[in-house]
Amino acid sequence: MTPFTSARAEDAADALRLGQSSATAYLGGGTNLVDLIRETVARPTALIDVTGLSREIEETEGGGLMIGAAVRNTALAEHVAVRTHYPVLSRAILAGASAQIRNMATVGGNLLQRTRCTYFYDTDGSRCNKRAPGSGCDAIEGFTRGHAILGASSACVATHPSDMCVALAALDATVHLQGNGGARTLPFVELHRLPGDHPEFDTVLEPGELITAIELPPMKFAATSTYRKVRDRASYAFALVSIAAALEIEGGLVRDVRIALGGVAHRPWRASKAEAALRGGPATEEAFRAAAIAELADAVPLRDNGFKIELTKRTLVAVLGDLAGAAA
Amino acid sequence: MPILVNGSAVALPDDPRVSLLDLLREGLHLAGTKKGCNQGACGACTVLVDGERIVSCLALAVQYDGRQVTTIEGLADGDTLHPLQQAFIDHDGFQCGYCTPGQICSAIGMAAEAKRGVPSHVSADLTADVTLTREELQERMSGNLCRCGAHNGIIDAIRQTVEAEMAA
Repeated sequence: MTPFTSARAEDAADALRLGQSSATAYLGGGTNLVDLIRETVARPTALIDVTGLSREIEETEGGGLMIGAAVRNTALAEHVAVRTHYPVLSRAILAGASAQIRNMATVGGNLLQRTRCTYFYDTDGSRCNKRAPGSGCDAIEGFTRGHAILGASSACVATHPSDMCVALAALDATVHLQGNGGARTLPFVELHRLPGDHPEFDTVLEPGELITAIELPPMKFAATSTYRKVRDRASYAFALVSIAAALEIEGGLVRDVRIALGGVAHRPWRASKAEAALRGGPATEEAFRAAAIAELADAVPLRDNGFKIELTKRTLVAVLGDLAGAAA
Repeated sequence: MPILVNGSAVALPDDPRVSLLDLLREGLHLAGTKKGCNQGACGACTVLVDGERIVSCLALAVQYDGRQVTTIEGLADGDTLHPLQQAFIDHDGFQCGYCTPGQICSAIGMAAEAKRGVPSHVSADLTADVTLTREELQERMSGNLCRCGAHNGIIDAIRQTVEAEMAA
């Protein structure tokens, strides 16, 4: 392990002051970063412990929720307002990792979780453009069962691993940031980027910029929402594909809908085409299938993951069918 | 501030790279907590911090100053085993025993979560009180792997113990 120093930030201003150097990394629960440092994938020379940032979950004036960056995953999943008004978020968190890890992991850290592509972790034997920019990618011609089918590039086919982020993408969340230029907000769906020619950048964060909170807008129909994760074993595994969805039906028609897909792309994939196909139309299995086909029209399979295209469609149809049943 | 390990104050390591797991095993010679995968994937290193279960391999010790850490060594009352330790014996909840300290610490944390109503991935109703069915226990304990395959005995031991605990 590369040596590093460690310091604890009392608040966001403190973290920004300490986080000036380019070799500094912010540390939340450590459930991903500590592992990356141990495997020498990440080599920060200074860690700034930011678990002293807000751990509050507060109702906003508009009736949404403001979630502090240092809120633990378990605390968010068990919060009564989340369970009641945004069940998709509770379900997504509870589908991720193990209880021990959810007790440690923070909301801010979860957003910056890095891909679980095994080639990214294999510092001894694999080329990886995300770990060592320009070195090449051994995943594309390798074992690609877990890799991307949407939005990938010739430089990188890695997927984003977080379940929680898929729910946040569906919920129209906003990310609150603080940097040296001041505070700003960003739609959650714009935080993570597609790989393009620079897969080493997972997000659009500026150097030293800090996530301080996640805001959920009020969305009444999100009370009819859920998350379904398909994986190789029943628990404690990353998604092959996952679906976060919320559905509002009125008079048999889809009044409003939110859908995001996990396990299929370099970022949580907001399914805008499927949403557009559904909005205003009948809430039937046929329509759900047509929407799924529209969303996956541009999917490009790799050697081992072609099954994900049909799996994603079928899972989406099933999830929407369940929600339609619950909403009826 | 020191870390309180099983009630005793322990100084933080000088090197921030030292994990809580390595502090326990190498620094304090508390070898009950096991190092399995050292990647958060097996649960063998599970300890309780302020009553919550975590994997100590992914915890940097310096982050835990002022916190109360309980390891398997802190559970028995003298020669009297913790009820869950006794239940593991009664139900053949171990074979090689390597995962056992983590399983037991994890189950104690799990019972506290269930008691305060934390739902799980298999809970049909997110807002209902928790009933620790076998399916719920299997899901809630899925962060602890047993390579011997003693999971059925482990679940039996936990079920007997936490049923008494939940009823209390």
